[in-house]
Amino acid sequence: MGDNALYTIDNNVPPNPIEDLLRMDRMPHIWCPGCGIGSTVNCFVRGLQASGLDLDKVAIVSGIGCTGRVAGYIKLDSFHTTHGRAIPFATGLKLANPELKVVVYSGDGDLVAIGGNHFIHAARRNVDLTVILVNNMIYGMTGGQVAPTTPISATASTMPHGNYEPAFNLPFLAESSGAVYVARWTTFHVRHIIKSVKEALLKRGFSFIEIIASCPTLYSRRNKLGDGLDQMIYFRDQSEIKNGADTKSVAIDFQGKITVGKFIDIERPVYHEAMYEHFKKKYGEQYVPSDEIKEFTNAQNGD
Amino acid sequence: MQDESGLLTGAHFIDGDHACSEGAIAAGCRFVAGYPITPSTEVVERIAERFPFIGGVFIQMEDELASSIAIQGAVWAGKKAMTVTSGPGFSLMMEHIGYAAMTETPCVFVNVQRAGPSTGLPTMPAQGDMMQARWGSHGDYGIIALCPNSPQECFDFTIKAFNLAEQFRVPVMLMMDECVGHMIERVVIPPPNEIQVFKRRYYHGPKNKLLLFQPEKDLVPPMVKAGDGYKIHVTGLTHDEKGYPSMTVGAQAKLVTRLVDKLRVNADKIVDYREDGVETADIVVVTYGITSRTAIPAIEQARKEGINIGHMRLVTAWPFPEKRIRELSSKVKAFVVPELNLGQMVYEVERHAGGRAKVEKVSHAGGTVHNPKEIYSVIQRLMKG
Repeated sequence: MGDNALYTIDNNVPPNPIEDLLRMDRMPHIWCPGCGIGSTVNCFVRGLQASGLDLDKVAIVSGIGCTGRVAGYIKLDSFHTTHGRAIPFATGLKLANPELKVVVYSGDGDLVAIGGNHFIHAARRNVDLTVILVNNMIYGMTGGQVAPTTPISATASTMPHGNYEPAFNLPFLAESSGAVYVARWTTFHVRHIIKSVKEALLKRGFSFIEIIASCPTLYSRRNKLGDGLDQMIYFRDQSEIKNGADTKSVAIDFQGKITVGKFIDIERPVYHEAMYEHFKKKYGEQYVPSDEIKEFTNAQNGD
Repeated sequence: MQDESGLLTGAHFIDGDHACSEGAIAAGCRFVAGYPITPSTEVVERIAERFPFIGGVFIQMEDELASSIAIQGAVWAGKKAMTVTSGPGFSLMMEHIGYAAMTETPCVFVNVQRAGPSTGLPTMPAQGDMMQARWGSHGDYGIIALCPNSPQECFDFTIKAFNLAEQFRVPVMLMMDECVGHMIERVVIPPPNEIQVFKRRYYHGPKNKLLLFQPEKDLVPPMVKAGDGYKIHVTGLTHDEKGYPSMTVGAQAKLVTRLVDKLRVNADKIVDYREDGVETADIVVVTYGITSRTAIPAIEQARKEGINIGHMRLVTAWPFPEKRIRELSSKVKAFVVPELNLGQMVYEVERHAGGRAKVEKVSHAGGTVHNPKEIYSVIQRLMKG
């Protein structure tokens, strides 16, 4: 390194403990300083490690947007799909090979605006997916436009006079659509996220974790909320852990109280297993499931 | 009788939609996602009926956007997969045709064409989506499109569509139309040993040496599927051989040029057409799909009148048989191109005829087929002129 180098690399720094699960050859990542997405990735990877799942059999699917880039940084079979369509891609992947644990990792705009239809239908069917939604309440990558999660009165580039559209209450949306596991945390709650990720990955069916994250560049700055650290202080001070809370009661107002916790953890028939059991019951030996469904349907293994 | 592979070997009296389903089964397709739309629904209805007994997974998705990407998830998990639709649904699928082209995901899109634009004539035929099939998604890319003209060909060409998709790793469109889809004819399903199925090419090398989008000599890279431990990355962003996003002018030029070139370079292996009496012809009627059948009475009438007339029927609309049109254009006086649209493939004929021969279209806005007299009168006019 020359004398004019802006920084030096200290080779004695120990490696990041989650390096094995990151595509280090793609670093540095694109996220802004103070962005919450990186923290969610760290928590996700630690939760994945804690789950004990065979990493060769875990696939991650993202849509488009800042959080949509997560699939590109995680060293698993990873798919960066089209805007809003991570869930149907993941549905095809899962049904074709149920041996795979399929994670959908994307943002609020991607999963509940353009992809909202797929979100509710995958939850209704109870497709065996773990959906991690990073909610920064704004379209970050395209420059801070209003999202279906932007709180009323917040300002966005396409709501320059303040937002007057009501926002989705995502845990309520997920529960009423049929999700079997619903949790919400903020990026302040790192240990809780890790635990939830582990639980969601080991849960059979449509599991959903909403992580509230800061977007200092396009949400906080425009709304004069300080930088990433200031939002973290807000998350700390205004979050209230209420496990089992009624999801109807957990909507978020602009800089208001954030109810976090594990809200839902129930059992419902999982899509591919329900399909298997239905045909088996109806047609007995005549039914020929795909090899993968036959081999990896838990319902059948319990016979 | 159904054999182990799910094939209903023997002679059947079925429509083109049903024959398409059987073709998919014969080709080894075991994942279908669809959304109901006339006049294509019979294809997925038969698939839904048949799949529980032959190891297939069918899912009716919430819309065409979902169907057209669910099949691609299934392909990356190792399945052969297709979706089926008609005009309005085909319009919704365009983004995912681009995704399949960009990520080189082999899959089949069946479009049983009806008259458009918009909702148009849902139950009536047209051939108005021919240019959309080629150019409908944004950016530069290549696809293959096949045009069956009978239920038998709906069976045969569905198999061909899967084989071409696998061989070149592109989305392949089966461009049926309402007539071909709903016409009932004899369809012979051969025994399995007489059906050629192209097996997916997989990379089996060491994990640390894998370059997911490193092409072989024919410009096509072998595949890897999820779950095999390679930790692949697939993206619709411009990417390098490793599959990693690369936002550079150089990476764009290299990737997109190859995506187009892999069909250009291999065009001779793909282009397919049928000819009847073109070698000595003064006039060649160029047709595809159902129009190839309505043109026959006109051609027969012209021959009776002593006109030297040939018939060239496109099996592949895309890639277009440009070389053959160029050859013929210096031998014949004119091409006549009847289509159930107001002029689409005719411009491709005109482009490659390059002014060496006259090109006349016989347009029809769709809703029914041509009256052969309309085609004949154009032939007659050309001979007089």
